[in-house]
Amino acid sequence: MSNAATGTLDHHHDATTATGIPNKKLLMWAFLASDCMFFGALISTHLIYRLHPPPGNPSPVEIFNVPLTSFSTFILLMSSLMMALAVNAIQKGNVKSMRFSLLTTIFFGLIFLGCQVYEFNHFVHEKHLTITNSILGTTFYTLTGTHGLHVLIGVIWLTSMYFYSFTGRVTEKQAVDVESMGLYWHFVDIVWIVIFTAVYLLEYL
Amino acid sequence: MDATVKSSFLTGQPKPAAKPLVFWRPTAKTGLISWLTTVDHKKIGFLYGLFAVVFFLVGGFEALLIRLQLAVPNNTVLTAQQYNTMFTMHGTTMIFLAVMPLSSAFFNIIMPLQIGARDVAFPRLNAFSLWTFVAGAIVINIGWFLKDGAPNAGWFGYAPLTSKTFTPQHSVDFWVMGLQLLGVASIAAALNFIVTIINLRAPGMTMMRLPVFTWMTLVTSFLIILSFPAITIALVELMMDRQFGTNFFEVSNGGMPILWQHLFWVFGHPEVYILILPAMGIVSEILPTFSRKPLFGYPIVVFSGACIGFLGFAVWSHHMFTTGLGTVATAAFSLATMAIAVPTGVKIFNWIGTIWGGQLRMRTPMMFALGFIWMFMIGGFSGVMHSAAPADAQQQDSYFVIAHFHYVLIGGSIFALLAGIHYWFPLIFGRKVSEFWGKLSFWVIFIGFNVTFFPMHFLGLNGMPRRTFTYDGNMGWNTANFIATVGAFILGIGIAVYFAVVLYTYFKGEKVSQDPWDGRTLEWAVDSLPPPEYNFSAIPTVHARDGFWYEKRHSAEIAREKAEHVKADEAHGGIHMPHQSIYPLVASIGALIGGLGTCFHDLPWSLVGLVVFLAGVYLWSLEGADGYHLHLGPDGKPVDDGRAHH
Repeated sequence: MSNAATGTLDHHHDATTATGIPNKKLLMWAFLASDCMFFGALISTHLIYRLHPPPGNPSPVEIFNVPLTSFSTFILLMSSLMMALAVNAIQKGNVKSMRFSLLTTIFFGLIFLGCQVYEFNHFVHEKHLTITNSILGTTFYTLTGTHGLHVLIGVIWLTSMYFYSFTGRVTEKQAVDVESMGLYWHFVDIVWIVIFTAVYLLEYL
Repeated sequence: MDATVKSSFLTGQPKPAAKPLVFWRPTAKTGLISWLTTVDHKKIGFLYGLFAVVFFLVGGFEALLIRLQLAVPNNTVLTAQQYNTMFTMHGTTMIFLAVMPLSSAFFNIIMPLQIGARDVAFPRLNAFSLWTFVAGAIVINIGWFLKDGAPNAGWFGYAPLTSKTFTPQHSVDFWVMGLQLLGVASIAAALNFIVTIINLRAPGMTMMRLPVFTWMTLVTSFLIILSFPAITIALVELMMDRQFGTNFFEVSNGGMPILWQHLFWVFGHPEVYILILPAMGIVSEILPTFSRKPLFGYPIVVFSGACIGFLGFAVWSHHMFTTGLGTVATAAFSLATMAIAVPTGVKIFNWIGTIWGGQLRMRTPMMFALGFIWMFMIGGFSGVMHSAAPADAQQQDSYFVIAHFHYVLIGGSIFALLAGIHYWFPLIFGRKVSEFWGKLSFWVIFIGFNVTFFPMHFLGLNGMPRRTFTYDGNMGWNTANFIATVGAFILGIGIAVYFAVVLYTYFKGEKVSQDPWDGRTLEWAVDSLPPPEYNFSAIPTVHARDGFWYEKRHSAEIAREKAEHVKADEAHGGIHMPHQSIYPLVASIGALIGGLGTCFHDLPWSLVGLVVFLAGVYLWSLEGADGYHLHLGPDGKPVDDGRAHH
């Protein structure tokens, strides 16, 4: 809590809890453990079906556009950097700086979503891969779509926090709210790295 | 429950004007609104228990219909289709709507008291878990009242039997959506319990001083957050197949039905430990209390519980030995299954060690707890028999399996939960169940249970298959089936007596003021029975594993500490209490509307549900986790200071 000497808050220790970890942060960590299993089940489904393609299953290599996906992956990673800066800013009580970083994170998140919309559109109309016409389409769209939904929820959360900060209710004391949101956002990014590797890059081995 | 009665101390002081962002802050302490908006862990736990008992009776009624149909060969009480519905709903109801919520009722009511906390870490999230559970229960059961009927494809919902091709009716949609809602409710509740146990422990309550019931709550909560995602994803995949025509389980397009079995049992096996670990926790509280000895080998009991939790994730394929996994996989899962019997056996020996040489007090909870040890052991023995894959190939889908899992689920989970109801009834309601009627119901239940399920071992070994609605008279199964049906009705009478007595006690039972069993753990250290809304006027300090036992023997020291804590509380503004909130309920109603809309492939209603859900979540966050303060008055009873707190 308060550090009497400097008057700043200790963001790594909450004296009101038995462990010193803020409740909200612990809740988010536990939720992310659970979310790992959600993605684990979906990624396993994709990897298992990948090994047993039925006759006529489209070849992923002919469909994927790795340069584009690499770009959107890079953008998503940069959004994580901006998220970290936002958390850092609010922990120092700098609301204005936090707002700027949040806005950049949102912007990068939207670019990623835009790339995904473009990719889905392209795959369906140019490459004729739909969610119903093959097992590849089924697992690919469900898995990446679920991830996209996570990004969308993150963007909505970030945007809500951005506007909420104008009420003056997001201060250094509420840094843990931003930090929990940041944990979620970083997790969604890390999952994407796993998906990018296991779904896209694996096909080129 | 009793926060309603106890709340008279919140004397007429008006609440201050709400802060600008708060839209409606309910303050009713009695009446319907107080229950719908409650964030009190004891009230929420009571509601969980109430719903669980109702569904337990419904599931029991379904079981009696099943036994009635099987009483004699070629019976026609139920049609084959109705029989399918009955065994599907019996399994689904008992697991998800009876045993899990009844365990959850105890998690809610007992666990925060045992760690010396005033509530769970996220009181409003707790309310959301409760109402989402109710929403899921409604969706699963709504088929009874509709043309398409209730779910009828088995509690395991094997695809592709559940795909649109083979079950086009909405009944399976209700099952899929209902289980997803229950999953959300369970995961939210489990996350809350994890944070509560790790972070809200009273001073001195180290992890290795936690009562074993709280430890098992923690292990169970981890099992829930790590295993429910698997079934949720399986259900999502099935829902995608049914709603959007994807190919997850569509064999003609490369889908593999075995994937369903794997995902289902990756959840399904940890699920059986989700059902039994809380029961083991309850028994680990009751045996020391009535043996008047500390639990024998506490660290080993805790470690065994955690070990069962870990191993529980490594044995799921023993449900699938006959699917042809291959020799290596089968051998590995067979070995892991045998290994999990070790920590379970360790616990049994520790319980025996606890009662060994104790001064046994044979009260009703103790009777059920001792019954638990014996009956659960029988179920454990037949469980070890299944772990040998060749033997399992003979027992698969026979009545032997039915006998096995009813011994662990009734003889295990239900016996312990019934023990827990008697044990904690004085704590929760301030009244004590009559020993005579309690023991009578125990013996009727005990006899009825064994008469029902023991013959099923022989039926199974004689080849009677599960899930068949009738049988011919020349198979040699007639006598055992008839005995089992008679037993089922005895069991039904026992359960009826049990709950009739409990209901009578609720209204007219003998009142108790404090600590009726000479308890050992902190839940009995509350100010009065039933506990006031704020649980403890001063947060206790814990000095020993059996915290309350120590308190009773060091009263001067404890009184001094209490006074200090009250002073410290006052310095921080008094006893902090969370405000009630309607928004968790709003969010759950949104989930219910959206869920039903999705079942009926109705886009507008699904969107309405989504909007209501989002509105609930946003208002919930905007109103903030504020609370108010109570102060100890001159008579030792707190009064509301009328100041809002944030």
